[in-house]
Amino acid sequence: MQAITEALSSVGYIATRQISTALYLAHHLRKPVLIEGPAGVGKTELAVSAAQCLGFPLLRLQCYEGLDDAKALYEWKYGKQLLYTQILKDKIGQIISAEDSLKEAFGKLGGFQDVFFSREFLEPRPLLQAMEQPAGSVLLIDEVDKSEEAFEALLLEVLADYQVTVPEIGTIKAQVPPLVILTSNNTRELGDALKRRCLHLHIGFPDARLERDIVRARVPGLSDKLLGQMVAFVQALREENIRKPPSVAEAVDWARTLLLLHAEALDETLVRETLNVLIKRESDVQALEDRMLPLTKSAVDAGGRPV
Amino acid sequence: MERALNGFIRALRLAGVEASTAEAIDAARTLALVGYDDREALRASFGVVLAKSETEKSIHDTVFDQYFARPAEPAGKSQETEAEENSSAGDSPETGDPEIDGLLGMAAGGGGDGGGSDATRAQINRAATEAGADEIRFQSQTSYYVARTMDRLGIGALEARLIELLNRNRPEAQAEAQILADARDRLRRMVRAAIDRRYELYGRPATEQFMTDVAVNKAMAQIGTSDLPRMKAAVARMAKRLAVKHSRRQRIKLNGQLDVRRTLRANAGRDSVPFDLVFRYKRRDKPRIVAVCDVSGSVSAHARFLLLFLHTLHHAVTDLATFVFSNTLHDVEDLLERLPFEQAMAQILRDYGGGGTDYGAAFAKLEDEYWDDIDKRTTVLMLGDGRSNYTPARIELFREMADRAKRIVWLATEAPGRWGTGDSYMLKYLPYCAQVSHCVTVADLERAVDEVLEAY
Repeated sequence: MQAITEALSSVGYIATRQISTALYLAHHLRKPVLIEGPAGVGKTELAVSAAQCLGFPLLRLQCYEGLDDAKALYEWKYGKQLLYTQILKDKIGQIISAEDSLKEAFGKLGGFQDVFFSREFLEPRPLLQAMEQPAGSVLLIDEVDKSEEAFEALLLEVLADYQVTVPEIGTIKAQVPPLVILTSNNTRELGDALKRRCLHLHIGFPDARLERDIVRARVPGLSDKLLGQMVAFVQALREENIRKPPSVAEAVDWARTLLLLHAEALDETLVRETLNVLIKRESDVQALEDRMLPLTKSAVDAGGRPV
Repeated sequence: MERALNGFIRALRLAGVEASTAEAIDAARTLALVGYDDREALRASFGVVLAKSETEKSIHDTVFDQYFARPAEPAGKSQETEAEENSSAGDSPETGDPEIDGLLGMAAGGGGDGGGSDATRAQINRAATEAGADEIRFQSQTSYYVARTMDRLGIGALEARLIELLNRNRPEAQAEAQILADARDRLRRMVRAAIDRRYELYGRPATEQFMTDVAVNKAMAQIGTSDLPRMKAAVARMAKRLAVKHSRRQRIKLNGQLDVRRTLRANAGRDSVPFDLVFRYKRRDKPRIVAVCDVSGSVSAHARFLLLFLHTLHHAVTDLATFVFSNTLHDVEDLLERLPFEQAMAQILRDYGGGGTDYGAAFAKLEDEYWDDIDKRTTVLMLGDGRSNYTPARIELFREMADRAKRIVWLATEAPGRWGTGDSYMLKYLPYCAQVSHCVTVADLERAVDEVLEAY
């Protein structure tokens, strides 16, 4: 577990104990991990980082309403299949012309394998691709809650047995089971069947110490003083009664902004001018109008103290 | 090892974490992988394997801490030294009976409240399990299980010896009796602590479950404030069940309408001779509900639970408009959305609750301002007793509403026998309702809402 944490931090992902435990178990129990949590806390990033430090290719399947098996599993190369039938029509006369009776002709036809539905005409989509990677892979199924229930049912076979069944061909089993990571923003409750097959990891907002580490890893070059102040400010902002609290991703963006502006320390005008990086809703900005000064002040105070 | 895990999973299930057998197997594999050595790692691992939502995770963490309780180190030590003093004093009398000596040793090994050496605790826990303490359901059973566990430990011999000594009436016998009595009390304290822990793990959730079952089937008007948090949890669970049930089946196959494009593709292999037919399907609309609740005194308890229900259902119901009335109609959607439920409800009852009920006026205002909210896809959910204080019933408006809407469902709070008596207009409204259900308990409400959603 320690090794996982270190490997992840070497590619710039600061993992909590929970996160590395989940990855460790996912690897050893051969189970997919379902990650839930608010937007922008690094759910997707975890999969990217895991793929990076394992050296596996990352296959990403972005879910949306209307996603079906043709886009997720496999698709027949329709055009090629059409061409094939055209050729077949032309050739079929030649092939069976030598035979005398209908029975013999039919017997000869049966001798040919059925190529129409064969691997050659199969177009693999992310799920099938992940199964076919010879060295293993990281399969990221992003925002699975955006898809429909029917798609969840489709995933069950893939997640439980790491295999895809194509009725015309048979079952394609993964040689090396991929590391599967599913993310969900909880826009709807996922089915129990899916949850049961997965390990469940909930990533919430990090505490101040962790957030400092994350921002430092992502935005090198920020002075310690400013880092402390801005993290304290973001943390305090999450306590405020606003509709969309700033996430880690937004904190990182803000840190970049501050670095770009060569800011030395937080003050009220600076915060006001750059607040639109952190807060994305007009109503929230207005709600915070009066709170700006005290928040900045306490953040500046808190930033001075070591965490 | 396995038994410890089984007990833990059982305690989790009782506490409301739905861990399936498959997950229990995963937990066993996890245990084999992680081991008992690193407590924090085990806790994190079980949290990932067994708990599948944020609430379940917090339940899991509490139960884990209770179940795999670590003896408080410093406290245990001081008690042990104290116990050592006791045992050095208690070493002198040789009872000559190995069984009693063993008990004395145990009492000496353990300290006051639930602490004690590992061996002693293990022994007590084993005895408690043998005594069936895992089956404990109510707190009042504690004494019974304490006595049974003491029996298992073989306290009988010690008691007999104690009585014999007391009867002897000699100073050294009295001294020995004192030591025996002390040991017995100390043992009893330890056993009681062990049983209490089991009650927390197994009994309390079971009791809670029992109380909820009772409350769900109690008439809504009689549910007191003490039951409210429990009811809220129960309603949330019911709503979740309904949501799961009704969020499926959103495509209806239209048998007979051919999907030409898909059919052509599906049959490309047969030179587009249509063997397999693909039919078009239609998406099922999510329910749109307009709830109109009477909030006058007699009906307010029902309204509270109905609104609680509808609002917990919000992800299965896309469009929900909520109106309450006693004499005039008010849109309370905004209030319910903005404030926590209890506060919103309290404010609604305070501001709009009083006054004589007037159904006619409510319908008039609905027509005046919100008529456009009701269309062919809307189910109007009426809740009330239909008693309108002899004001005009405005049947014509009600009929028009029934025509506009998909259907009107009335949740009646009065028994059918009383409809139409006195100022009740129930029988007049009845012909225009697609369905009228008599709702007394929260379980009735669940059934009624289920039927409403089912009809889509």
